[in-house]
Amino acid sequence: MSYQAHFKVWRGDAVGGGLADFEIAVNEGEVVLDIIHRLQATQAPDLAVRWNCKAGKCGSCSAEINGRPRLLCMTRMSVFGQDETVTVTPLRAFPVVRDLVTDVSFNYAKAREVPAFVPPADLKAGEYRMRQEDVGRSQEFRKCIECFLCQDTCHVVRDHEENKAAFAGPRFLMRVAELDMHPLDAADEMGVDRKRSAQEEHGLGYCNITKCCTEVCPEHIKITDNALIPLKERAVDRKYDPLVWLGNKIRRRGE
Amino acid sequence: MTHEERQSWDVVVVGAGGAGLRAAIEAREQGMRTAVICKSLFGKAHTVMAEGGIAASMGNVNEGDNWQVHFRDTMRGGKFLNQWRMAELHAREAPDRVWELETWGALFDRTADGRISQRNFGGHEYPRLAHVGDRTGLELIRTLQQKIVSLQQEDFREFGDYEARLKVFQECTVTRVLKDGERVAGVFGYERESGRFFTIESPAVVLATGGIGKSFKVTSNSWEYTGDGHALALLAGAPLINMEFVQFHPTGMIWPPSVKGILVTESVRGDGGVLRNSEGERFMFGYVPDVFKEKYAQSEDEGDRWYEDPDNNRRPPELLPRDEVARAINSEVKAGRGTPHGGVFLDVSTRMPAEVIKRRLPSMHHQFKELADVDITAEAMEVGPTCHYVMGGVDVDPDTAAAAGVPGLFAAGEVAGGMHGSNRLGGNSLSDLLVFGRRAGLYAAQYTASLTGGERPRPTEADVAAAAAEALRPFSAEGGPDPRASGPAENPYTLHQELQQTMNDLVGIIRKAPEMREALDRLADLRGRARRTGVEGHRQFNPGWHLSLDLRNMLLVSECVARAALERTESRGGHTRDDYPEMDRRWRRANLVCRFAAAQEGAGPAAADPALGQIALERRESPPIRPDLLALFERDELAKYLTDEELTP
Repeated sequence: MSYQAHFKVWRGDAVGGGLADFEIAVNEGEVVLDIIHRLQATQAPDLAVRWNCKAGKCGSCSAEINGRPRLLCMTRMSVFGQDETVTVTPLRAFPVVRDLVTDVSFNYAKAREVPAFVPPADLKAGEYRMRQEDVGRSQEFRKCIECFLCQDTCHVVRDHEENKAAFAGPRFLMRVAELDMHPLDAADEMGVDRKRSAQEEHGLGYCNITKCCTEVCPEHIKITDNALIPLKERAVDRKYDPLVWLGNKIRRRGE
Repeated sequence: MTHEERQSWDVVVVGAGGAGLRAAIEAREQGMRTAVICKSLFGKAHTVMAEGGIAASMGNVNEGDNWQVHFRDTMRGGKFLNQWRMAELHAREAPDRVWELETWGALFDRTADGRISQRNFGGHEYPRLAHVGDRTGLELIRTLQQKIVSLQQEDFREFGDYEARLKVFQECTVTRVLKDGERVAGVFGYERESGRFFTIESPAVVLATGGIGKSFKVTSNSWEYTGDGHALALLAGAPLINMEFVQFHPTGMIWPPSVKGILVTESVRGDGGVLRNSEGERFMFGYVPDVFKEKYAQSEDEGDRWYEDPDNNRRPPELLPRDEVARAINSEVKAGRGTPHGGVFLDVSTRMPAEVIKRRLPSMHHQFKELADVDITAEAMEVGPTCHYVMGGVDVDPDTAAAAGVPGLFAAGEVAGGMHGSNRLGGNSLSDLLVFGRRAGLYAAQYTASLTGGERPRPTEADVAAAAAEALRPFSAEGGPDPRASGPAENPYTLHQELQQTMNDLVGIIRKAPEMREALDRLADLRGRARRTGVEGHRQFNPGWHLSLDLRNMLLVSECVARAALERTESRGGHTRDDYPEMDRRWRRANLVCRFAAAQEGAGPAAADPALGQIALERRESPPIRPDLLALFERDELAKYLTDEELTP
């Protein structure tokens, strides 16, 4: 049942670092996070890694495994061959703090730039009435566990630090879409135009719908199809976006 | 080298789960500059793992529900040991706390007429749990997180600074509550990322740190659950109550080994899932205790009819309170009727169509598929008990959440004791967080506001220096002034594993006196060795160091659990004695109170003798239940719990 696996784990800090080699036991049913914990307990007690629930619910243990952004706790060792080297590196789009831990403050800064839900002025608490089919769309986006894998993989910022200032990333564009589709959000009445702000303040136009974000989402949220494209379509009557125009053309042709 | 940053805030909240965030929102809305300190990133707290729902008697699905029914269910679930005033406030205020979340953007599942949908759960007479599929905790955390961001946006508009009046210090650990004389004066801690120390001066500190599950080997709890707030309160001189009551959730995953303990939500049973043993029998029908006999179905047919016609049938016994179901599973496995991996079967696949399972239990479907290669729409799950929740906690005033005897200290959520008595009902945790989180924030704010400038307590330099020295000790492991502390450096991970094994094996779901005495001996040995934990590397994001410091807390709370459990010679709720299997009415009014023994002698942080116990235990009588609340129950039912003297007016 058990076997010895070969691991390469990035160790270092903001100044620099490199891949360290480990031989380590793997047991049936284990996930990559189990192996990282075994390394801590037996070979590298100061190996830094973020984790919390170990059940795919909190989105803390994000890293890159063999170059692909994944949750350490939801990646089973059985997906790798027993003689395959498993390489674990920190999220590439964010600055390294230490080992597998990165500085994800970018995401918290972007979260603050999205105007909050605006409660309708004429309804008191307890008076909200919404139909399930109307809340369902936003509920899909609220499944987000904020693991930031989509933010890490999105090529708009992955290798383009310079785009970070103007681009909120898939997670927070999806947040704008979520609020825009909330049946009772009263942002309009407050003079907040969520569609325009997506385009003008959160960089929706940078997204060219390659669906990389959707592919890495551990919650299987259809970020591109259900949040970003509809948001682009809703924004389009306010601002011309050649990609939406092209996307519409292509999709109509396919129908 | 040990120089630390120092700041001053009006209210400090330790912990950023449901209770901590709700407290922070309240304190900030009361006008207090409020700091939240949490060990993880903002929005990752253990609350995200709550699945089933928030219990609140809104009556959206069954109009018969109201706060009195909720109160009754809560008292029955806790076997009448609950602090009744807390149970009353909780039942009365929970609906407002849920509705308020909608005004902050929460999106609960809906009824056909557009209101918040409510689901059935163990021990609740009516469908009562507001939910979002089986990810209700995530919705709660995200809503509170986004409300905090919205308050920060207000402050940005007013002051040009998001953090002018509400700041989250994420990935920071508090190691000491600091005092000035008797009163709270602030907190001391370290930033996990850099290892730098900080001191925050504040007259009011709200503990909202959650539970203690990481002291047990098989647990549904995340790494943060190291009993920090329980230990901080003890060390600050506040008492803990009811620490013998630890809830083992009946349904945790048991296979593969690396996921053992991960929660399988009670919603599986609330929505129709059934428990079977290896012989295919729905064994729960044989485990309905006398106190609940009239309230549960006697046959499978009746139980099955209840889902469609709850007014004319009784609920199936799979929906008994958690302590009953966990004990039953334990007994079945011991009797040789367990599954291949030592649990029982939990089945929804034969009870509802695959699409319904995927819609109502999406996280469970995902979790079993990804982690165990099991498709729950096609086959049964294997489940067994897992350490889930501690009913015991800081002894608080029921109305204000103020900790007994330490002015300025408050506690809310799992770290507070009393509310749930000897056993918590599912769904009552999220409502507890909101109701008492708000109250703790409110009264902490009022307390600070009542002090004028010159009256504010200030931490002493000596205490700050002692706290820093305590936190640095693992870097200079061997030797030291105490001769007993000499010896080889210990690996903190090894000590943690031994502690978890000890508590799991000797103070677990079924307890007996010799085993608990053995546990106390082993804890004393571990305490001694914990003083020699040594860590490699430096202070920057060093998990070995963090664990060394968390061990102090886990050892303290484990001793509380073991001592109180040994003392209580009866079985009740989350405390089952093999040698005293019956519930004893004379024990109902007894609360066991734990105090940090060294604190009373005025000893310094590191002065506790490793060979002796650190916890002093005393027995205290709880106040009699208010007559109008007692009148909500039939006398026959009360006679099962209350002594004859209590029943005579």
